[in-house]
Order: sequence, then structure tokens, then C-alpha cells
Amino acid sequence: MSKGRFGEYGGQYIPETLMNAVIELEEAYNRFKNDPEFKAELDNLLRNYAGRPSPLYYAKKMTQDLGGARIYLKREDLNHTGSHKINNVLGQVLLAKCMGKTRVIAETGAGQHGVATATAAALMGMECEIFMGKEDTDRQALNVFRMKLLGAKVHVVTSGTQTLKDAVNETLREWSRRVSDTHYVLGSVMGPHPFPTIVRDFQKVIGCEVRKQLLEAEGRLPDALVACVGGGSNAIGLFYDFIDEPNVRLIGCEAAGHGIHTKKNAATITTGRVGIFHGMKSYFCQDEYGQIAPVYSISAGLDYPGVGPEHAYLHDIGRAEYVAVSDEEAVEAFEYLSRMEGIIPAIESAHAVAYAKKLAPAMRQDQILVIGLSGRGDKDVASIARYRGVEIHE
Amino acid sequence: MNNLQRVFANGKAFIPFITAGDPSIEITEQLVLQMEEAGADLIELGIPFSDPVAEGQVIQDANIRALAGGVTVDKIFDMLKNLRKTCTAPIALMTYINPVFAYGTDRFMRNCREAGVDAIIIPDLPYEEKGELMPFCLKYGISLISMIAPTSNNRICMIAKEAQGFVYCVSSMGVTGVREDISDDVKEMVKLVKTVNDIPCTIGFGISTPEQALKMAEFSDGVIVGSAIVKIVEKYGSECVPHVAEYVRMMKNTVMKCSY
Repeated sequence: MSKGRFGEYGGQYIPETLMNAVIELEEAYNRFKNDPEFKAELDNLLRNYAGRPSPLYYAKKMTQDLGGARIYLKREDLNHTGSHKINNVLGQVLLAKCMGKTRVIAETGAGQHGVATATAAALMGMECEIFMGKEDTDRQALNVFRMKLLGAKVHVVTSGTQTLKDAVNETLREWSRRVSDTHYVLGSVMGPHPFPTIVRDFQKVIGCEVRKQLLEAEGRLPDALVACVGGGSNAIGLFYDFIDEPNVRLIGCEAAGHGIHTKKNAATITTGRVGIFHGMKSYFCQDEYGQIAPVYSISAGLDYPGVGPEHAYLHDIGRAEYVAVSDEEAVEAFEYLSRMEGIIPAIESAHAVAYAKKLAPAMRQDQILVIGLSGRGDKDVASIARYRGVEIHE
Repeated sequence: MNNLQRVFANGKAFIPFITAGDPSIEITEQLVLQMEEAGADLIELGIPFSDPVAEGQVIQDANIRALAGGVTVDKIFDMLKNLRKTCTAPIALMTYINPVFAYGTDRFMRNCREAGVDAIIIPDLPYEEKGELMPFCLKYGISLISMIAPTSNNRICMIAKEAQGFVYCVSSMGVTGVREDISDDVKEMVKLVKTVNDIPCTIGFGISTPEQALKMAEFSDGVIVGSAIVKIVEKYGSECVPHVAEYVRMMKNTVMKCSY
């Protein structure tokens, strides 16, 4: 079995042209991850630039309204650039800089990872190009302009389904064209080794902080963690520090779109099967001949036909549970959290809120539920308005 | 002599690539026959995939056309089994790892043998991951072709030592597609391969003109042309067969001029 495995999942299924690039990346990561200077610089950026630690907020009204477990929100939405994506991006762009790269490229779905990458590139003086599916540039127009404002070049991807999967294809193609001066800032815990490990390591700060913050606030660990899963970076970031705590339930929420019994969903673990794509062995939505399925979700960030290999493994060994949340449930949760707590969540994160709404009442009042609030919802306001039949002229 | 050695028995090899099912499986069958007739030494047949990350626009579009036309792995195997009644040309299948994995690796390779397939080329299966297919390739006698790229450097010897059939040298960075200029670096790649393994080396990616083919044939054992042929298929559709055959004949005659 090759490197970078989580059980049978993971690996490095990429063209030969890119092999030396991922090997070089792995060597650099192993060199720098324990380097005191690198760690100090990243820590400084996370603290003073991104605004970490992010608060762990006790959602009192929501707790009272649902009448079950005590609900905490891990406020990644309050990070600079508005989501957890900045954690990984600051780490990777700093690493790229240490490796002597001068240019970064990245895929983006909702635009959060693209914005974060453009931000870090501006900060660290790197050239930046972002690939985004046409469907997503249409539904997340504000983020496109935001990236351009930050000095990035945005490529509109018109191949295939014109969403996140195709943006990843195009970024991989671009990386194989120009690899010597360019680092691919992969945005989730997916792709070939070492990306699933690197991204998870840069995101695990979320769960580490939750542990510390909850021990301070409640003197104990949570009973359940709930996070949305597209590729799965915020979920693994929240879960990772608790994997060895068997009493903590780990629950990932996939996008069921119009429903898991329709073709219009992106619930990979729920409806997909094992395959090999985008550099990794994992679960994928695909047809009987292994053609990757055109998935769907209202959330551009969850609209991806695969899932990170560590999630596939956690699912198989029964350590984490994966549930599917529909568009309608997510939109209701988006509106619910806005009114209940005055917090507009990203539509991605709203999938986790929706499941927490079901789970909390079934838990005891002395139990604790933590929701990974991975991003803020400003970017989604127009599309939610459209979903509700309201026309907004931005 | 196995069927793959035949590829290099008639001077420098010319290896055309087409996407199976583009524009239809019937035309693909005719193309294989006519390309063999026109002097193709090995036919590289692409099994279309929804997300061909190593392909440029031309072959991406061919994949989309073929899939939209309803071609499947089963239909391609059926076509090949029928083709084998009259066609003896060596055949290599080129596809991505997921269609093979989804079909069932053992079942895929068994069908390859039954359909008379000699080799497979999987661009997203590098050296480190070849264990995914190798046991089944050995079981059914299918050569798993190794690729080396301009970035392979220190990996070339490792890959070449274990290569079977022939080595596919990728001439340029990036994805498949017609290019104006092809670097001479590939010459050094071929030399390095030959120092560790006496195995034929073919060059692909970017080649379209006779001049390029001749230049590449001078320091290799054969050239692979894909996008330039797929463009002809795209242009003429179901009328493409004579045009492709004419191109293949011209290219084979060109590389034949090159003596060892």
C-alpha cells in the first residue's frame, strides 16, 4: 500500500507529471511543520491576522428553544475572510513561500477558499489564480469580485458540470502545466497525499480550541460534534482532536440537495461508493461504469461528488456518523439561526445547524452539542432570497 | 514474439490515439481497421471518462461526445471482440483508474484478455500506485505501460527498471494537445531509460506535424499522436474514416524515413 493511507483510502492517484511536486511538498511539510520559526510565524498570523482563537459561543436561546442539549457554536464565521478556510490557507501559502514558490493556484466552490487564498497571497506577496466553475461564479458573484479586489485572477471553468469538481480538474491541469514555481493550495482534506494530512493538520486547531474552551466553560468534553461535510475540512478540523475520545459522537452532515432518493444530491457517503478520483481512493457519487456523477446542492461549497479519505475511513470503522441534510432543511436552519441567535450562517454550515436542530431535542439537558459554524452567510443572502422567490438587485 | 514487440518490428512505430465511441462505436471500429491498414503499428484506444484530468480541450471534448453518444466499457469490449475476428493490430486501452476500478479490476483485465487487448495506459496511476492493477495485469498477460514526464528526473530509472512493453515518454508539461514547440529534453529522458532497461520508448503529447514526428522518431522508437487525429474526427464526424486513414498513412511514411 502506498503512502498517505487512512485504512484503504487516500493514496496518490495522479499523473506522473505531478508526482515530484507532491513528493517535494511532503518533504517540505515534514521539514517545516516542526520548525520553530515556521510555527511562530503561522501562530502569529492565525492570532493577529485571522483572529484566532475563534469564540465558542453558548447559544442560549437556541438551547432553550430546542429544549435538549446545551448548544455551543464554534464561530469560524468570525475568522478573517469569514470561514475556516483561512486556517489552511495561511499554513499552505506560508509553506509555499518557504519552498520558494512565487505563485499559488486554487479551486473554489462557494468562493470562500478562493477568497482566503487570494487574501493570503496578497498578504505574502504571491501571484494568485483561482479556478471556479461557471455555475458558481454566477451564484457567488460577490466572492468573484472580492477575489479580483484582492489581486487574484479568476478563471471561469466551463468544462463538465461547471462546479467545484470541474474547478479541481482545471486546477490540476494548470498545476501540471506549470509546477516549478507554483503551489496548488488545495482547499479541503482531499486530493493526493499529502494534502489530506496537511489540510487536516492546519484545520485541527478548530477542535483543539473547542476542547480547551469547553473545559474552561463546562469543565468537560462535548457529547456530540456536528459539522457539514463537502470535502470535509471543517468537519475533520473539528473532529480530529476528539477521535480518541470514544464518548464524543462525531457527526458529519452531507448535502442531500433535493433528496437522497433523487439524483440531485451531493451526499457522497450516503449515496456514493468507493472509487478513485482526484488523486485519492474514497467514496464518490458515480454511475455503474465509474463516470463521476453530476451532483447538486444549493450550497456551492458542498456541491462535490467526493469526500476526504479520512472521512471515508472514519465512516467505515464506525467512528463518525454521516447524515444527509436537504436544501429545504438547510435553508430553514439558515433562517432559524439568523432569527434565533442573530447569526447568519453560511448555507454550508446551515446543514450542520439543521441536523443539530433534530439532534439536540433528543439529547439530555446536561449534554453538550457543539456545532461547527464553518462560515458566515453574507455570501448566501442573495441565493436564499432567490430560493424564497425574492428578487434582490445587489 | 508477443503482440507488443510487433509494434516496433517495422521501423519506427506510429501510434494513433482515438477516443472510443467518438463519434460512434461503429465509426471507432472502422477507424481501427483503416488505421491498421494505413500502417498504424499500435492503436491506442481511449475509454472515455467524465473527468479526464490529463487531457487538453480537444480530447476532453471527445470524451464528452463519446459519453453523450452512450458508449460504455461493455460496448467497447463487445466492439473489440468483434474486431478481433479480422484485426490483428496490437491494441492498447487508455483510460483513467476509476472506470477500471468501478468495473472490477479482475473483470476488466479478464475482458481485456478476451478482447485481445495487449496493454493498458492509465495516466492517473503513477509508479507508487501500480499495485492497484499490476496483479491483475500479470494474471491476464496485459502490459501496464509506464509513463515518464519532463518532471520525472530522479524517478526515471526507478520507473524504467520495472517498465513493461514500452515506455510512454510525455514530451511536454501539462495536458494533451497540439503544440508548436516540443522541447529536446525528451531526448535525455529516452537516453536515461535506455541505460537501465533495453525497452522501446515512445513519445507523446503535443505532436501533430510530420516534421515534429520525424524529429521525435530520430531519438525514440515511436511517436504517439492523439489530439491531431481527434481533431480530424471532430471535424468530419461520421465521414472521418478516410481522412484519418490518410493522415495515419502520411505520418507512418514520415517516421519510416527515419532509420536506426
